[in-house]
Amino acid sequence: MTSVAKASIEPRAKGDPVGNGVFAALTLAVAVLFYAVIAVIGSEYLYFAGYVVLQFVVLATAWNILGGYCGYVNFGSAAFFAMGAYTTICITTIASEYAKSAVGAAIGAVPPGVLVVLMVVLAGIISGLVGLGMGYLTLRLRGVFFSIATLALSVVLQTLVVNWDFVGGSRGAYVIRPNEFPLLPGGFIAYLFVLMLLLVVVALCVSRGIERSRLGFGFAAIRDDEMAAEAAGVPTLRLKLIATTISGALMGMAGAPFPYYIGYLQPQSAFGLEYAVNAIAMPMVGGTQSWIGPLVGAVLLGSFQQWATVTISSVLNLLIVGLLLIFFVIVAPNGITGFFRDLIYRRRRSGGGSGS
Amino acid sequence: MSQALLHVSGVTKRFGGFTALNDVSLQLAPGERLGLIGPNGSGKSTLVNCLSGTLVNDAGSVEFDGHKLDGLPPHKRAYLGLARSFQLPRPFGSMSVRDNMRIPLMYTAAVRAGHQRSEKEIRERTDELLRMVSLSDKADARPVDLTQVDMRKLELARAMAAEPKLLIADEAMAGLSNAEVDDILKLLMTLNSKGISIIMIEHIMKAVMAFSQRLVVLVSGTKIADGVPAEVIRNDDVVRAYLGQ
Amino acid sequence: MLELYLNAIVSGLLLGGFYAAVTLGIAIAFGMLDVVNIAHPAFVILGSYVAYICNIKLGLDPVLVGLLALPVFYVLGQAIYQVSYLSFERRGSDSLRGLAFFFGLLFVTEVLLILVFGVDYRYVEAWYIGPTLRIGFIDLPWRMLVPCVLSILLFLLLQLFLSRTYTGRAIAAVSQDPTALRLLSIDPVRIKRIGFGLSIATAALAGAFLIIIQPVEPSVGREYIGRIFAICVLGGMGSLPGTLIGAMLLGVVESLTTTFFGPSWAPAVGFGFLLATLAFKPSGLLGR
Repeated sequence: MTSVAKASIEPRAKGDPVGNGVFAALTLAVAVLFYAVIAVIGSEYLYFAGYVVLQFVVLATAWNILGGYCGYVNFGSAAFFAMGAYTTICITTIASEYAKSAVGAAIGAVPPGVLVVLMVVLAGIISGLVGLGMGYLTLRLRGVFFSIATLALSVVLQTLVVNWDFVGGSRGAYVIRPNEFPLLPGGFIAYLFVLMLLLVVVALCVSRGIERSRLGFGFAAIRDDEMAAEAAGVPTLRLKLIATTISGALMGMAGAPFPYYIGYLQPQSAFGLEYAVNAIAMPMVGGTQSWIGPLVGAVLLGSFQQWATVTISSVLNLLIVGLLLIFFVIVAPNGITGFFRDLIYRRRRSGGGSGS
Repeated sequence: MSQALLHVSGVTKRFGGFTALNDVSLQLAPGERLGLIGPNGSGKSTLVNCLSGTLVNDAGSVEFDGHKLDGLPPHKRAYLGLARSFQLPRPFGSMSVRDNMRIPLMYTAAVRAGHQRSEKEIRERTDELLRMVSLSDKADARPVDLTQVDMRKLELARAMAAEPKLLIADEAMAGLSNAEVDDILKLLMTLNSKGISIIMIEHIMKAVMAFSQRLVVLVSGTKIADGVPAEVIRNDDVVRAYLGQ
Repeated sequence: MLELYLNAIVSGLLLGGFYAAVTLGIAIAFGMLDVVNIAHPAFVILGSYVAYICNIKLGLDPVLVGLLALPVFYVLGQAIYQVSYLSFERRGSDSLRGLAFFFGLLFVTEVLLILVFGVDYRYVEAWYIGPTLRIGFIDLPWRMLVPCVLSILLFLLLQLFLSRTYTGRAIAAVSQDPTALRLLSIDPVRIKRIGFGLSIATAALAGAFLIIIQPVEPSVGREYIGRIFAICVLGGMGSLPGTLIGAMLLGVVESLTTTFFGPSWAPAVGFGFLLATLAFKPSGLLGR
């Protein structure tokens, strides 16, 4: 009886009850179901609002791979997100500016639905590489230096974009979103919604896969005590670089379809501080030590903000997000899921108590 | 000399203008039990950190089991079979005792063996190690709920999970009761009987004398004595360093 | 051409003096106390708005307001440190939470200022805003000169305090050697609280300087995050002379950048400095 109780305290210790393949299938099934419900309702507003929430799920999950698992705080989520968005702007501008050249014509010939997917992949590669570079320059120092560098990264990338006329400079740039999409009812916005939903599935599978793997245990060891992790054989620098790369890549991927969603991209909206804040606040509220925390946080905070932006003012809703972040950090540092996990652990220890 | 397991020659470490280790050389034979003593601030911990790669020595070199360690990060040294425990226990706080053992098993032990263990093998090996340090009944507890002596045992068990050739136990007994000191001492003797060399850094003289086959004394970063324990503690310099201040 | 160069360098030095005042708080909090207060720029902006309100409503001189606000900011700083200590340091929780806490403060302060004052630029009025002192062909705008001179004065005073007084020396040593302090029966937490109070107090003056130099809106502070940490690291983390030199250096490089490439590139200079320093010389300019 005691062995059963103990095994359930630490599910990871008894191996993986749900394999990665099964998990992917389950997540995909839930995603399809979710899409079906939205599609049956068929409201365009739901696609627009849902897209934003899903985008935050990807951002929060991506942030958490580095922040929650490894304990390295990235304040530059907005920069990585914007990198993705501006990858798209860059490529579509090449298509329109150099429509007569071979490259421009080739890009122009790709249907938008396919082009977005290619942009997501390209954005993932670019922002992953930037993440790797940032990490390589700063991760050998104390963790705070990495955080400070990411904080400054947003300012610099924004400066670059503002000064780069090709991508619209400070004025911004247009991307033409087609109204129709041949395969889905609901048009192109429904397609973008589905695309973001698939990105959520990818992000969750990656995040959960890491958490339960050798890599995930290495990350957790780094977060708990980097010196002890090194001594136990964890190649900390390499693991941190892997984490920054994956995390950065996912954030960029979340940003790539954004210009199509918004239609007219300005630097202020791509580099909005709300991305940086939400990417931190959502995992902190949901819980940082497991894949499910950012999901819970992003769905709660994301939906709340969609509701609040219409009903209260958008500034006030940002204030609430900021205050929630401070509140959770001080009062419930392990977030909602962490709170329940601790509760169960305490219960088991005092209730089952035969062990100690 | 060539068959020494650890070969430290002329290691020097400075912090700013302060010389923490001054030209320290020592050797350790396979299976040997070495006690390393010295007053507070004599450079014992600095030496441990230079051996394990946490600090980079300014001069001198360290050779272990035929490999030059200079410039290697700590995890690579662990892969060669050099394990350490920390003076203040540094458990992985978010993990259960059982999962704490996973880290060295999944990393160092796997690299040393050349393959990953299966979940079943990890479980068996963890059980075995926890039984050895008598922590079996606390396998699912979190480190915050452990007593001081259990924390030390976890620290040692985690070091042992790496299947090392040399274990550096940095004050593994500080702050423990007499009975607990004997407990840890017995544990270290058991490990040694399995062929693992051990360097013990310790303040508790009774334990050091009972444990060590050889004693090295550091004072202000300089090695002032190295030899049979009973002779070393009668050495005038040592007596002066310990009692004369 | 030479005139252009010299004027750029001089205005860079003046700017650097002001940057030094903004960085001072970080040099104390991050460099000496090891508290990574990334919200510092937000407190500087808060200082600017305090100066603005008192200047507009009461007609007070912004520098005078900055001086009057010192004790208020000092107490605010002590309170913030107490919260941070009780919630993070004492629990020994990872730096993740502390960083997130200060990031939350940064964000909330900015949003609050937007709610109260909106996003319009605000400015103050004083005799030294507008006129320019001309020496030969060198222009010395009074609105730059006053903050710069006062900053250097502030530096000298703090340097004296930190090196000559008992409390000051304890502040400078607290993160290096907390055990030594305990042995001297000094409470490190109290020392850190005082130090952090001082750090935030400097933001009151720095904020007044900022709104003298340029009009301010709530998000201006973000541009300073890269700058002040660049200066702090460049200056060798917590060395006041190093900080002053680092600030002057950054000021000159930024000023030259503005003169030759245009002002929109200036924010990137600080980051470039920061990254280069972290990558190649993390011990700072005066480090070994």
